[in-house]
Amino acid sequence: MPIRIWDIPRQEYFYSGHRLCPGCGAGIIMRHLAKALGGRGIISHATGCVEVSTTYYPESSWGVPWIHVAFENAAAVASGIEAAYKVLKRKGIVDSEKEVRVVAVAGDGGTFDIGFQALSGMLERGHDVLYLVYDNEAYMNTGIQRSGSTPFGAWTTTTPPGKNWPYGEWRYKIRKDLLLVAMAHNIPYYATINPAYITDLYEKILKALSIRGPKLIHAFSPCTPGWRINDDDTIRVSRLAVQTGVWINLEYENGVVRVTTPVPRRKPVEEYLMIQGRFRHLDRKAIELIQKQVDEYVERINRLVGREVIGPVER
Amino acid sequence: MNGKKIEPLSGNHSVAYAVRDLDVDVISSYPITPQTAIVEKLAEFIANGELDAEYIHVESEHSALSAAIGASASGARVFTATSSQGLVLMYELLFIASGLRMPIVMALVARSLSAPINIWNDHSDLMASNDTGWIQIVTTNNQEAYDLTIAAYKLSERPDISLPVMVVLDGFIQSHTIEPVELEDRDKIRSFAPKVKRKYTLDPEKPITIGALGDPEWYYEFRVQLYEALERAYKAFAEVAEEFRSYFGRYYEPYQTYYVDDSDTLLIVLGAHTGTFLKAVRAARDEGIKVGLMTIRLLRPFPHEIHKILSQYSYVGVADKAIYMGTPSGSYLASDVMTSLNIEGSSTRVISYIYGIGGRVVKLEDALYIVRNLWRISKRIEEPPKKPVFVGVRW
Ligand SMILES: Cc1ncc(C[n+]2csc(CCOP(=O)(O)OP(=O)(O)O)c2C)c(N)n1
Repeated sequence: MPIRIWDIPRQEYFYSGHRLCPGCGAGIIMRHLAKALGGRGIISHATGCVEVSTTYYPESSWGVPWIHVAFENAAAVASGIEAAYKVLKRKGIVDSEKEVRVVAVAGDGGTFDIGFQALSGMLERGHDVLYLVYDNEAYMNTGIQRSGSTPFGAWTTTTPPGKNWPYGEWRYKIRKDLLLVAMAHNIPYYATINPAYITDLYEKILKALSIRGPKLIHAFSPCTPGWRINDDDTIRVSRLAVQTGVWINLEYENGVVRVTTPVPRRKPVEEYLMIQGRFRHLDRKAIELIQKQVDEYVERINRLVGREVIGPVER
Repeated sequence: MNGKKIEPLSGNHSVAYAVRDLDVDVISSYPITPQTAIVEKLAEFIANGELDAEYIHVESEHSALSAAIGASASGARVFTATSSQGLVLMYELLFIASGLRMPIVMALVARSLSAPINIWNDHSDLMASNDTGWIQIVTTNNQEAYDLTIAAYKLSERPDISLPVMVVLDGFIQSHTIEPVELEDRDKIRSFAPKVKRKYTLDPEKPITIGALGDPEWYYEFRVQLYEALERAYKAFAEVAEEFRSYFGRYYEPYQTYYVDDSDTLLIVLGAHTGTFLKAVRAARDEGIKVGLMTIRLLRPFPHEIHKILSQYSYVGVADKAIYMGTPSGSYLASDVMTSLNIEGSSTRVISYIYGIGGRVVKLEDALYIVRNLWRISKRIEEPPKKPVFVGVRW
């Protein structure tokens, strides 16, 4: 029986009063991650927007134990925490029954780029850690610079549209696919989540926490200033991402890929692009290129699943 | 138990034996010459059940120290070891480990820095990290490497200190050289350095936030607290050394002097070549050359009180195994010594000698050259140089 909205506990472990922007997607994700952890987890957090906005000394938004060490090492720090609890339990210094779920959290910069090595090491070593990446598709904390997750065509301050770079993120390319990263590392669980599908999001976090070994969750995370959207467009843009096939809610478990939010008929990608200021400079040709990218991605996932779970574009 | 056990051990194995008997919980490390044998030995201890610890085979030194910080923050006793490029890859985390006040012990097996790549010994890595907020204990032989690794945990975990400690041994000269080392009884070691339950750890039942954002209203205070903790560590080191003596009979001062009572000048050195210089100082006495020797064991916090001894001389020499690039003294250690003298208004002049860079063989004649040169300057037979003296370099 899938989780319903009233199954999500009311108790908060991520407190209001933080300094995240109004409408920040990551705030929603963190709130539900903290709920899922309750009194049984520890978070190792990378440098980035969420870190600086939620722990402005002497205040903290975190009702779960939380540590920030640096930008690129959330996975390594989490490895240390997990190893410590393992041995302390074995030696009887910590009650062996005590539940301690270790989670590493990082942005796309801290995951796709500078933190990729530490992430790979942690996955490869098989630590019992959940790694959650909130992907706002750029370095937002330093003021919207391109990351390895920035999609083709997106404006950022280091990919500004200009005479030589008509489309901003100038290179026609498909970004790193964390599903393949997860598969390449042979980990037991990988999932994508999206704040517009909150029960799916919560359920996947809970499920990941219940599985032993390294888990990777990739979260769609709109950034209002970075994407140049209105404060109240976060959920709208998140839902459009799924409805257009730009984002696919899926799960990879025991070698099987399953789409958790099937989309029988897709909306054209333009609808997703055009409510965001970061894509407003794109012309027809660029939009068609992006549509083609999305079509290919959808086809790839359908092939992996073995049937058409994401349907064709309906104009 | 009275029967002392003496084993022939390399410097690296001396450290590994100490770590084994200290019941360390988590070891994370990445191989680099000349450190590797430490973590190989520890892996062996774990593999055959002599040590119950989690061994994290990290993918880089950056992650080695990151994982050590995570484990330490969770209340575990941790160990790591590195050299050279490994230490500078950790550089970012060195500041964070001390800033977060994590009682981590690391063996630094001192080696030069690239480029050109060179795996041999000098103090470039050590000196490049001497402003990171770590306590730095420099050993001169393998017994010290063993003993001071044990003492390091005691010092590091003291609640009033809570600082990371680097125990330094010279690459190859100590790390790969076998010496007789007196090993202590495991239970005695554990009663000397019992694990201290820390007040603040990552615990789901008592949530705390570690590593918050410190704005201009707060950051300064944290950094000054770190400075003061290091200052406290000076006295704490002496107390730990005293306790160590009462347990094991061997005594370690923050610095040690030889022949100071009747010498015309004094030479300051660091690390494994102390023995070579001591030999040179003794040999020079036959020529009527009276030079005293001081070896600095506690590099950070710096033993400022040495100024009392140094200011009795018109000239003192410092022989450093690292080049302080772009500075007039050319030497980290000489600059530290100059600062100590200057603060006290002393007019003692410091002569800076550089030697043994990149493992350049240090012969007794090289040490004798420095000793004689320093003495001649002190006797005003020779003009004091205004630049560092690069001993043994081909121009
Ligand atoms: C070694 C290092 N390089 C650069 C930075 C500067 N920096 C801090 S956060 C950040 C970007 C973070 O981006 P991301 O991981 O995507 O998270 P977001 O800010 O978007 O939440 C950068 C570049 C740093 N802290 N450390």
